[in-house]
Amino acid sequence: MNYQWNWSIFMQPTVVGDTTYLGWMFAGMQMTLMLSLSAWVIALLLGAVVGVLRTVPNKLLSGLATAYVELFRNIPLLVQLFIWYFVMPELVPQSLGDAYKQSHPVLQQFLAAMVCLALFTSARVAEQVRSGINSLPRGQKNAGLALGFTLPQVYRHVLLPMAFRLIMPPLTSEFLNIFKNSAVCSTIGLLELAAQGRQLVDYTAQPYESFIAVTVAYVAINVVVMTLMKKLEDKVRVPGYMGGK
Amino acid sequence: MVYEFDWSSIPGALPILWDGMAVSLEITLIAIVVGIVWGTLLAMMRLSSIKPLSLFAAGYVNLFRAIPLVMVLLWFFLIVPRFIADLFGLPPNTDLRLASAMIGFALFESAYYSEIIRAGIQSVPKGQMAACQALGMTYGQAMRLVILPQAFRNMVPLLLTQAIILFQDTSLVYVSALADFFGSAYKVGDRDGRLVELLLFAGLVYFVLCFAASMLVKHLQKKYQPA
Repeated sequence: MNYQWNWSIFMQPTVVGDTTYLGWMFAGMQMTLMLSLSAWVIALLLGAVVGVLRTVPNKLLSGLATAYVELFRNIPLLVQLFIWYFVMPELVPQSLGDAYKQSHPVLQQFLAAMVCLALFTSARVAEQVRSGINSLPRGQKNAGLALGFTLPQVYRHVLLPMAFRLIMPPLTSEFLNIFKNSAVCSTIGLLELAAQGRQLVDYTAQPYESFIAVTVAYVAINVVVMTLMKKLEDKVRVPGYMGGK
Repeated sequence: MVYEFDWSSIPGALPILWDGMAVSLEITLIAIVVGIVWGTLLAMMRLSSIKPLSLFAAGYVNLFRAIPLVMVLLWFFLIVPRFIADLFGLPPNTDLRLASAMIGFALFESAYYSEIIRAGIQSVPKGQMAACQALGMTYGQAMRLVILPQAFRNMVPLLLTQAIILFQDTSLVYVSALADFFGSAYKVGDRDGRLVELLLFAGLVYFVLCFAASMLVKHLQKKYQPA
């Protein structure tokens, strides 16, 4: 093998001359973080709502919530992304579709990617929330009702605070997944970390360095998120449960 | 003006789409088989008392679970074929991409399978291993004849659910320009200017298949629930 390793390539200015190749990596990292975090916030809120609806006594509401979860869980992420990006702008009212198509291309990619990741993840979050609520003893809900709480109050003050503490570990893994899944968005041309990696290969002709750097960047995101979530998990752990010690 | 659907390009494209589906299923099947075999070995290494083995397995599983599948596929599509060609002095135009993508897939999924299998092995009561040893079985015999059969029985629903996820994930070979089901649907839609219809059709097919499969898993789970 006669490959010329050249790690200093990252310090060289790019062909376009806007920044260094390392600058491209940081831009990609920034995009990955922005996309994943904004999608995560939406996914968490939406997932909590849908998860709660799956457990309410109203048949219509729980049926709708179940349909939502099944829809987003049984179509591959890539297909969902392409539907948001290519199909939705055609199907919404024309004024809205035109406004979307006339906006900045990066904004178009970002919006489609964010909505796609958010809804895809929200279905998974909803499943965790539901299982968290269902794992609580029935007596908690009944005790709440017996004390004169309304059903929404029981959810707000009794069930959800407990459920969220119990489902911290699976939520952490969903949180990690959203960063990994965001790499799929490179397929619609969004210049996040994975897409920058491909671009680095094309421009620098140093494929090994480029891909090793991007892979290390993903591992780093993973380690940082895991460490932070571990701290949070320790903090909110419920004493007396298996995970609680 | 409302969008006017025109589904007419789908019937003619069915043979192409069918061929694509065959590729998707082929990749899924290979990844499941390799994933379960290599995943079982990884799980056993991880639980082994031999330190280097368990460290290797832990490192392997954690690495693959930390990086996106898209990155793994890009590695195995762009980098690994070049590396192998360099290493063995093959002519640079040798096409290793399909095989390479499949290997990448299988290696990635084994990390996930190994975690399921490890949990399955750990769900078997410890006394069973002790009983085997008391009966004079070797470690290998105990694993093969007593522990693994029970572990696999407990794991069937999880393994099948992972298989459904894997089938959905195969659409990502799109990044390596392989003509799987989704790739074929996209190409036909792009060619005929009917991307909207073809993408919706692809989504519907995936939904029907995966939903039916997940219902089947639920049914099996109920039927064979361990008492």
